[in-house]
Amino acid sequence: MGEGSVGRGTKGRSEGAAPSWLVAPTRRSRTCHSPAPLQGVVHPGAWWLWALSLGVAATRTTNPLLLALLIATSAYVVATCRSNAPWARSYAAFVKLALAVLLVRLFFAVALGSPIPGTHTVVTLPEVPLPDWAQGIRLGGAVTVEALVFALYDGLKLATLLICVGAANALANPARLLKSLPGALYEMGVAVVVALTFAPNLIADAQRLRAARRLRGRPDHGIRGLLQVGLPVLEGALERSVALAAAMDARGYGRTAQVPAAVRRTTTALTLGGLLGVCAGTYGLLTAQGAAYGLPVLLAGLASALAGLWLGGRRTPRTRYRPDPWDARAWLVTASGVAVAALLTLAASRDPGSLHPGVIPLTAPTLPLWPAAAVLLGLLPAFLTPKEPS
Amino acid sequence: MIRFEDVSVTYDGALEPTVQGIDFEVPEGELVLLVGPSGVGKSTVLGAVSGLVPHFTGGTLRGRVTVAGRDTRSHKPRELADVVGTVGQDPLSHFVTDTVEDELAYGMESLGLAPDVMRRRVEETLDLLGLTGLRDRPIATLSGGQQQRVAIGSVLTPHPKVLVLDEPTSALDPAAAEEVLAVLQRLVHDLGTTVLMAEHRLERVIQYADRIALLPTLTVGTPAEVMAVSPVYPPVVALGRLAGWSPLPLTVRDARRKAAGLRQQLEERDTNASNGRGAVTCAAPPRGRDQPPTTRTRQRPTPPTPLGAPHRWFRRNSTATTQTTPYAAQIQALSVTRAHIHALRHVDLTVTPGETIALMGRNGAGKSTLLNTLVGLVPPTTGSVHVDGAVPHETAPKDLVRRVGLVPQEPRDLLYADTVAAECTAADQDAGAAPGTCRALVAELLPGPGIADDTHPRDLSEGQRLTLALAVVLTANPPLLLLDEPTRGLDYAAKARLVTLLRDLAARGHAIVLATHDVELAAELAHRVVLLADGEVIADGPTPEVVVASPSFAPQVAKILAPQKWLTVAEVREALS
Repeated sequence: MGEGSVGRGTKGRSEGAAPSWLVAPTRRSRTCHSPAPLQGVVHPGAWWLWALSLGVAATRTTNPLLLALLIATSAYVVATCRSNAPWARSYAAFVKLALAVLLVRLFFAVALGSPIPGTHTVVTLPEVPLPDWAQGIRLGGAVTVEALVFALYDGLKLATLLICVGAANALANPARLLKSLPGALYEMGVAVVVALTFAPNLIADAQRLRAARRLRGRPDHGIRGLLQVGLPVLEGALERSVALAAAMDARGYGRTAQVPAAVRRTTTALTLGGLLGVCAGTYGLLTAQGAAYGLPVLLAGLASALAGLWLGGRRTPRTRYRPDPWDARAWLVTASGVAVAALLTLAASRDPGSLHPGVIPLTAPTLPLWPAAAVLLGLLPAFLTPKEPS
Repeated sequence: MIRFEDVSVTYDGALEPTVQGIDFEVPEGELVLLVGPSGVGKSTVLGAVSGLVPHFTGGTLRGRVTVAGRDTRSHKPRELADVVGTVGQDPLSHFVTDTVEDELAYGMESLGLAPDVMRRRVEETLDLLGLTGLRDRPIATLSGGQQQRVAIGSVLTPHPKVLVLDEPTSALDPAAAEEVLAVLQRLVHDLGTTVLMAEHRLERVIQYADRIALLPTLTVGTPAEVMAVSPVYPPVVALGRLAGWSPLPLTVRDARRKAAGLRQQLEERDTNASNGRGAVTCAAPPRGRDQPPTTRTRQRPTPPTPLGAPHRWFRRNSTATTQTTPYAAQIQALSVTRAHIHALRHVDLTVTPGETIALMGRNGAGKSTLLNTLVGLVPPTTGSVHVDGAVPHETAPKDLVRRVGLVPQEPRDLLYADTVAAECTAADQDAGAAPGTCRALVAELLPGPGIADDTHPRDLSEGQRLTLALAVVLTANPPLLLLDEPTRGLDYAAKARLVTLLRDLAARGHAIVLATHDVELAAELAHRVVLLADGEVIADGPTPEVVVASPSFAPQVAKILAPQKWLTVAEVREALS
């Protein structure tokens, strides 16, 4: 049983009928069944729409009970639906960030005072006398319950928004989201994804090289260790980037299809014209005189730019491998988020009192019943989608 | 299919062309092997086929390269992507996406193949390369061999007419390498794919080659013709040359047919001298793997000198370590679990001074993890590790380098400085050695013109860089030396130098442990072979006993001369003389 006999064995086998996988397929043959979508994966766009809708809902209210309910909803869905992939761990980081934002907001309210006039003083800090030119700024002074409660409500709103973005990050692979970009923007998307992987690679390299310092008899932790490997790490990362660029080029990145000159020119005209229209329309909307023509121009510009993008997509011959389908579940996930946002917006205009509990005079927030029920609609995805396989 | 017409390539800033006078043709459906010592421009020739030279690398290409009728002068690499598939030396720098399945599809997406064709080919390629279980895995979590298979798979899916491969099997274990080569052969035979590849490990690939192009002289011919004159050749050819067989055998099978006479001859000498190795090893009593070997299967040239004694290489007397154990390293019931993966399970191993051990096994079997625990990079989950009486992960690095040294898989990780001289000065300081120790070591290890002081470590060849890293590690004169995959990217000359060097070190009493896929290296060097599988030790014993019994880990000479236990050509030569 030698190496030679093994080699001959494969040769003998290969001289038989060509296995099916070797038969050269005809380009774009349609004989095969259409590829099945990945099981259990909801379109990343749907997750982003769902999470951003919850965020929008959070901006409609300052009621801490409703905000807490929103946070709980997003947390439950993330806990149920997220995968074990690296990006799914970002939720905890976002929660910590939100907590930090809340604390900073409270700290400012205590240290810098607040424009909210209040009568219930908790504590009076020594006030730092400031010169005349710093009028309107106060350091220290009386801290009132009203100011604290207002800051808490405000900070909680911001924190909820951040946590919703975190939920989107944890639920949808950013790379797969970029896959859904229109053809003309795809190459840019790949460049962005590659750039995004640069940082994790850099960190992994730095860790490896710091560990290797131990082999040289130098301490493998501490700031100095990190600084000394800095240059080799950057060098290595740059070399890897150049090698990756070469590999991508050799694998057809940036291939363009031949399109007639007329189409090319139309694409340029549509895109440029569209962008100009968007600029002019925005300007019109923001100025007092242009309100009449602002919106139509903006919409026309947007349409023209989108048409340009679509036409530009014809220059790239790319196809998509197993694109995430926008199926019924994606619709339902999106709908549940949008419903929450819409119902809370409606509630905010109908019943502003219960969605913005009073600070002056201080009143205990109550849980308004039907807006709370509306927030619970956001839980729908947790029952719709099976856990993504790890 | 590929035609070189008087091609020469000069890189910017270089005084003379890297390659010149390249003029040959690779017909459709041939597998052509590019052979030659390190640094003769094999990678440049390969890059010229995919158009990366000179479009991407810069430099001037004179002459003309045409692939499938397309001139690389007027076609950029991306416009050749549908006819040429390229895999470079480092698979990690090849990946664009983050999961296996997406990576396999990426090339086809660029070419605009229909979704159903893409799906079918991805499934076929997953099966073909044994990647089905890994399809959803992030690429960063795969082992080196798995990554190499994904890289090859990712260029196979667009079904290119030409495949260009730069050392495709250098990171693979023997079985995985054979799988990949079998795939290449099926592509060549059944689809008429043209393959041009460079590979240092000729013993793995030569039997698959239709023709060989030898650089730098550019001798093109059948393998037998070229091997008769080539300065680089695999052991089977070396044995054929020694025995005077004609035509030269290229496969173990051919050699075995001719070897009957040689076997007889060796048998007679063996019984006459009655000290043949086969007889001795067969008579050696079986022993537990915990015991230090009592009988050497290979006579060491000199008994190991005590490590404290001054010798020629190391002017500094190493600090007198109180050796409480006779072992250079002792591992007991070691288990390592990282991220819920059992990297090592209940491993027992002892290393005695003067002994050379080869750690072998599949990619991802736990070889590197075992080496890392010995230098304290990975703390044991359970069990204990002692190196020279110290516990590695609790020992200060400064102290540890005098007990154990590791040359990592990528020697560059050890080198931080801008010049060789600065690197050596730093190494002397780190190890607390007399100034000049490391530089003297470099000069010792690399005879001949040597390395200039102001060379940047990056500009060294693979072999030189490995030697520099080895010198840096040896500056502290550790009694235990670990090497992780030292022969990757080394040509036969550099490998032969490494073998002499390590033998010399072992003779001086250093214990050496090397993790390697290179069966020929293990056969040349190791007294003992430890086989790992899934983090467990599955065999531990004298080299001849372990490797001869294993079809994938046996060196070529052992396969040819089985059932006699000869491992290397040098042993046979010695026995015949």
